[in-house]
Amino acid sequence: MKLSVGAVAEPGSTRANKTGTWRTFRPVFNADLCVGCGICSQFCPEGIIHEKNDKYATDYDYCKGCGICAAECPKGAIKMVLEVK
Amino acid sequence: MKVIEGSYAVAEAVRVCKPHVISAYPITPQTHIVETLSQMVADGAIKAEYVRVESEFSAISVCIGASAAGTRTYTATTSQGLALMHEALFNAAGMRLPIVMTAVNRSLSAPLSIWNDQQDTISQRDTGWIQLHAENAQEASDTIIQAYKIAEYRSILLPVMVCMDGYILTHVYEPVELWEQKKVDAFLPEFDPVHVLDPKKPKTFGAFADPSLYTEFRYMVQEAMEVAKKKIVDIANEFRDEFGRYYGGLIDEYRAKDAETLILAMGSVIGTIKDAIDEMRADGIPVGLLKIRAYRPFPVDTIRDAVAGAKAIIVLDKNISMGYEGALFTDVKSALYGKSGVTALGFILGLGGRDITKQTIKDMVAKALEAMKSGKVQECEFVDLRKEVL
Ligand code: SF4
Ligand code: SF4
Repeated sequence: MKLSVGAVAEPGSTRANKTGTWRTFRPVFNADLCVGCGICSQFCPEGIIHEKNDKYATDYDYCKGCGICAAECPKGAIKMVLEVK
Repeated sequence: MKVIEGSYAVAEAVRVCKPHVISAYPITPQTHIVETLSQMVADGAIKAEYVRVESEFSAISVCIGASAAGTRTYTATTSQGLALMHEALFNAAGMRLPIVMTAVNRSLSAPLSIWNDQQDTISQRDTGWIQLHAENAQEASDTIIQAYKIAEYRSILLPVMVCMDGYILTHVYEPVELWEQKKVDAFLPEFDPVHVLDPKKPKTFGAFADPSLYTEFRYMVQEAMEVAKKKIVDIANEFRDEFGRYYGGLIDEYRAKDAETLILAMGSVIGTIKDAIDEMRADGIPVGLLKIRAYRPFPVDTIRDAVAGAKAIIVLDKNISMGYEGALFTDVKSALYGKSGVTALGFILGLGGRDITKQTIKDMVAKALEAMKSGKVQECEFVDLRKEVL
């Protein structure tokens, strides 16, 4: 974000602003339990859970740690783990 | 010159400013303004889009969107409606959108009251809107024309609230001088926005700012307010040269130069005070008036200079910050802190439509004279409090 009158930003600001910085819990995906149903990616409010070789993972740059994916996963493949810094 | 209702005069002033978008929700005592404007739009007298909405929150939101799209916008509201706009008012200022609004002054619930005081706009003091107070119908409408010029000035770009007392100004019939379209066009150039919201070139207005920049964005608004302090004065002078009417810049003075006691107030009560001053002067009491025209930006230096020769000041507040005192009184005292040893008295009055008479004013001046002698000052006094019903 650059300083501008009225805080006006060009497109792509959501990509530039890394919203994953204030996360308290981190979703950890267990590929062994994941059946690739994609429910987590449907529910993620940030739209950042993606598929890779039939398994699912998230983008920690933007994941705010809300835990919705873990709550929705029917296989218990996502665990919320406290972030340690 | 025509004898017309205050609300009609305001609508006429809006018409000659040629807004592109008007959006409002009717609420007493603002209704006559927007009713007249919607009729004007329907009659083709204004080539504006009149957006009917289901609430004041939507009305201001429509203005925010339309202003971001580069159009000149207008809305009007009062009291509960203004309170409902509260959240979006910050957005309008932060996005630097030069919306002009007539904020009709009315008391807030509870208890329910539709009558005048100034609690509603005072409670929006910190939103980043410029607030100008009008003394009569002519000023309330002339100030609309000035307000667009102030708001749209490139290094200001802030929304402006033109405050006018409900009923006392909105429903009164007064002789009002109307405007020649040609003259207004010459005075008020087209709005030339810095950023334009356009689907072909998408942009985010009021985007996310993390702690590394939020302060600087707020500072920019504060700087714009400083520019406005000068520009409000310049534009008032330009208006005088062009239209022959003048109401003061940030403040105005009446018989203030040699006054020992100065009364500070805003809005329609100014007229009553002037009459009371004339009568007191005839009785040999050296009293004068400082009319606060700009409440935000607050004219700190101008007030300091104007008060310099006085021995006592009386500040009238048609509002109260509960648990403290009247907001104008607090602001005036803070402006004078360390600069003046003047005796300062603050009065709460005119709440929920209680009349303020010349006698009310004279009684306050008598109290100030008393306080100067005794050295005893009651800082926050409710005027004409009906102790018998408490
Ligand atoms: S924790 Fe929330 S934001 Fe992060 S991946 Fe899961 S659903 Fe998305
Ligand atoms: S919801 Fe669970 S099982 Fe389904 S894709 Fe996501 S992690 Fe895998």
